[in-house]
Amino acid sequence: MSVTRETLIDFIYDEVRMLGEGRYTEWLDLWLPDGHYWMPLDYQQTDPINQTSLMYEDMFMLKLRVERLNGARTFSQKPKSRCHHVIQRPFVDEMDTEAGRFVTTTFMHYVETRLDEQQLLAVTARHELALVEGRLRIANKRVDIVNCDAAFRNIQLLP
Amino acid sequence: MGRYDSPAALAALVQPHQVHRDIYTDQEVFQQEMKHLFANAWVFVGHESQTPNKGDYFSTHIGTQPVIQVRHSTGDIHVLLNRCPHKGTKIVIDRQGNTGKFFRCPYHAWSFKTDGCLLAIPLKKGYQNTGLEETDSGKGMRSVGDVKNYRGFIFARLADEGMSFEEFFGKSLSSLDNMVDRSPAGRLEVVGPPLRYMHHCNWKMLVENQTDTCHPMVAHESSAGTAVKLYEELGLPEDAPKPPAMEIIAPFMSPYEFFEGMGIRTWPNGHGHTGVNHSIHSDYAAIPGYFEALCESYGEEKAKAILDENRHNTVYFPNIMIKGPIQQLRVFIPIAADRTVVESYIYRLVDAPDELTARTAMYNRMINAPTSIVGHDDLEMYERAQEGLMVDGLEWVNIQRLIEEDEDFEVEAVENGTTERQMRNQFHAWVKFMTMCQKTEAAE
Repeated sequence: MSVTRETLIDFIYDEVRMLGEGRYTEWLDLWLPDGHYWMPLDYQQTDPINQTSLMYEDMFMLKLRVERLNGARTFSQKPKSRCHHVIQRPFVDEMDTEAGRFVTTTFMHYVETRLDEQQLLAVTARHELALVEGRLRIANKRVDIVNCDAAFRNIQLLP
Repeated sequence: MGRYDSPAALAALVQPHQVHRDIYTDQEVFQQEMKHLFANAWVFVGHESQTPNKGDYFSTHIGTQPVIQVRHSTGDIHVLLNRCPHKGTKIVIDRQGNTGKFFRCPYHAWSFKTDGCLLAIPLKKGYQNTGLEETDSGKGMRSVGDVKNYRGFIFARLADEGMSFEEFFGKSLSSLDNMVDRSPAGRLEVVGPPLRYMHHCNWKMLVENQTDTCHPMVAHESSAGTAVKLYEELGLPEDAPKPPAMEIIAPFMSPYEFFEGMGIRTWPNGHGHTGVNHSIHSDYAAIPGYFEALCESYGEEKAKAILDENRHNTVYFPNIMIKGPIQQLRVFIPIAADRTVVESYIYRLVDAPDELTARTAMYNRMINAPTSIVGHDDLEMYERAQEGLMVDGLEWVNIQRLIEEDEDFEVEAVENGTTERQMRNQFHAWVKFMTMCQKTEAAE
């Protein structure tokens, strides 16, 4: 498989559609096993380890998060939340076809709703992608919320 | 005249085994809490490391009162009401910064020293012979009634007169001591901004939940129970390192017997803690080099004693909780009867290995973030309760688990870890501080 800018952009579009449609098994399969989903707490935060983040989750935590959504006693998901992503065309920031490493930045509006409430988050997603055995995979994903310092209510699904 | 403007009406909301729902739902009761409870109690403001240099300030709230914690030119920390004495303009809006040698109001440029004293007014001759200096406006930015820096933690009492810091906290300070002693240097430093989490419920529901040991295995089954299940499916050998989620989240699934044996201690004035004998923090892996560093500072015997304390949640009445073993502090900031913002801070142990900070940061985000799969179910329970309390005809909330006859909350006690005694202790203190200066007023 040869990776073009269009391949990368299609990948990002496909990913948010999976999340919006709740196809989490497929979504988890996009990830490399040592990947991390990072949602910083601080504006322009550089350290995910020694400082609090909203999320910094390995595959065990992401699987747990997804598995929990379908649990019989997941009280905060009765009724279930729904989400929706509107993305701009992703920027391709780095494209090293020889090494099979790529970086994209995507601006999006993320909407999450449950019962009578709906919240809108403006976010920037930075994907590190890797070509492994002919497939594009997510090596790491960083999601910055523009008002990361606001007091949020529950954010239960994933931008 | 409102329903709750008399001490008798407020005191009648609390009975030994139950409290009236208006305590959680009534906005007038809430306003009385801000006027009396949050004025008479010693309330947490911030940590000194948030304002390390002269002129550094940090803005926050005591109850609903906007205040500024500021490092004065003498090096002392002052707590000032965040309002220009002239027209009321808030002096600082950002959460933190450095103001130099003085505060300057952005509206008419009245300026104040960092201890609040009036420094200058432009075109001051306009006030000549007007008697400004006799008014409250002419006296500068008002300070709170009293301030105490206890081992780096800043507490304030809004009321000018009242209980001393030492009497208010008494022996409960042993939990703060243990948290600070865990640093080989005996010093903590704040790490980054706090998590901020908006709850549509009364602030006391959150405080009560800190010593509610009968909910983790029920409300958190979907996160902690699923973690255990996923881990078992991995089929790893027993000595393999556990995923961090297992160390942090899985203990929430401990059985009732574990929580019963853990014990609850209560102190006078509404303070208390879970985890007298052990806690969900007892089995964290040792961090290389840490015990050695503690021994070097304190000697082996004291180092062991420090680490043998595994207090789980210590509630400092009215509205903070600390976790000594992981250096976390959560403040439950009341906004309205049905609105509370929770801010969850973490601290670094000065001169201890970074891995301890990493574990604390992990705990904070896994358990207390608005994105936390554990926090989601807590918020769900509080908000369902806030809505459920609107049911008329059943107007009392039960707090009688393991109640004993004629409980005396003015003495320290250690009980079974599933008792609701600490909740009763908080309400006993609630009545005390809600009616304290009203009684004084009546006597005058």
